[in-house]
Amino acid sequence: MPETTPAITQATLVKKAAPKSDYKPADVSPQRRVQRSFAVRLWSIRHSRLLEWFYSRFADMFLLLHPLWKGIGYGRVEGPIKFVEKRVKGFMFDCRMCGQCVLSSTGMSCPMNCPKQLRNGPCGGVRANGNCEVEPDMPCVWVKAWEGSRNMVHGDKILDVQKPVDQSLRETSAWLRVTAQAAAAREAASNAAKTGASG
Amino acid sequence: MIGRQPDENPAGIHLPLDPLPGHTSRGRLERVLRRGEFAVTTELNPPDSADPEDVYNRAKIFDGWVDAINAVDASGANCHMSSVGICALLTRMGYAPIMQIACRDRNRIAIQGDVLGGAAMGVANMLCLTGDGVQAGDQPGAKPVFDLDCMSLLETCRIMRDNGKFLSGRKLTTPPQLFLGAAINPFAPPIDFRPYRLGKKIAAGAQFVQSQYCFDVPMFRAYMQQVRDLGFTEKCFILCGVGPLASAKTAKWIRSNVPGIHIPDQVVKRLEGAQDQKKEGKQLCIDIINEVKEIPGVSGVHVMAYRQEEYVAEIVDESGVLKGRQPWKREIRRDDQLVADRLDHILHDEITETQVDMVKTAH
Repeated sequence: MPETTPAITQATLVKKAAPKSDYKPADVSPQRRVQRSFAVRLWSIRHSRLLEWFYSRFADMFLLLHPLWKGIGYGRVEGPIKFVEKRVKGFMFDCRMCGQCVLSSTGMSCPMNCPKQLRNGPCGGVRANGNCEVEPDMPCVWVKAWEGSRNMVHGDKILDVQKPVDQSLRETSAWLRVTAQAAAAREAASNAAKTGASG
Repeated sequence: MIGRQPDENPAGIHLPLDPLPGHTSRGRLERVLRRGEFAVTTELNPPDSADPEDVYNRAKIFDGWVDAINAVDASGANCHMSSVGICALLTRMGYAPIMQIACRDRNRIAIQGDVLGGAAMGVANMLCLTGDGVQAGDQPGAKPVFDLDCMSLLETCRIMRDNGKFLSGRKLTTPPQLFLGAAINPFAPPIDFRPYRLGKKIAAGAQFVQSQYCFDVPMFRAYMQQVRDLGFTEKCFILCGVGPLASAKTAKWIRSNVPGIHIPDQVVKRLEGAQDQKKEGKQLCIDIINEVKEIPGVSGVHVMAYRQEEYVAEIVDESGVLKGRQPWKREIRRDDQLVADRLDHILHDEITETQVDMVKTAH
């Protein structure tokens, strides 16, 4: 009978057939299991504007230190910087060290905490109370990202289409990468200005 | 001359149509939408079998009622025949499938291969989806891939089509000709972000979108108002997802168990108050179609009648959305029919010719 069948889906059967034991893990997805409670994460999103301001100063400082990083060698500073970055961002945002940080475009809500690791907005499964489809007790990362982005000066960056994650950059420092790229861009710009002025 | 239907290749129904200016694909759905006709699409319930007849039989009931058929890619994270396989069978028979690609099960290497393979088989429409989480389906222990998301998948397909390149930059000898689609859900939070998300999808390459089940017409109308204000209806064809509810019990179950489907209380009440709930569910679907077709910017409906596929034809017929138009229908060509009629007897007559007998009669 088609009226009664939807009540028993394959998923329900699978769940019923699963071995019964006293130990039932609290979280559904492995993503969620490596995180702590999300109080700090939510604080960061509430204070996204402050963090945005702080982050831009911080990036400028890192760029100022570019000669130092270059002098020591980016390869040599990677270890200690990554150590600090992983712990700081891990505490503040539950960072997953994807190595290509987009926090400034996602309202200071780390998209890698989404069980589907979406980087371009919420999926269609967000619950009516704004919680995640996979983790019913976790607020959707993207609902929070949208709220956070509304407080930010450059919050409309959330509308940019993000490229897929480059998995080969996992567990590398996004801070150093951004700094090195900004330095290279600055150099290219000054070179172009020089050749423009002489030519 | 053979009686030809509109949007059919005279050299064979399984072949792509002639390219038209301004069209990115050689499929029927894009032609229907660009002509400004109200399109109807539906979903094929994928069989759990290796028999091609199962697919043909399930497609047959939509004959002459829909413009394209979605070949779902393990919907709800449940194992079924693959969307590529269904598309291979449907294109052979001349149907216009919409190949769904979900990011849950395959990484970018597999997906780009499937896009080329699908296009080579004559699939003109591809729908890029994120896909449900693995915990929702019958294999909760599977590894969730989610290498791309729906947006980067759309962009990947667009790059393959327009730039003739893989995501890596390697060149394609012949780029796929595709009409790219995406899904929208105007009924899930964050509601005010949803129209902008459609804009993102259009920027990534979406040319048509199919919505989640619409049971709350005022909510959909408000969404469409915002979408029109943002000017997205000129850049993208929007198909509203509709479907019959089997009973009030089913509606309640869906509401509490399927995330992303929003069913208002008055819908459940209307079903509960009805004598024949199944009939009322169908009537409700027809009423919703009649309301959404009047909303400016809605280019068609996507009828999802899961396990009630036999009602699709009735729903489309009774709602009158086709306005007398008949979508492409699979028919036997007249010359094939002639041959079949003349030679049909050889299939049934039991003639056993032995050489001994033949010698006797050969004088």
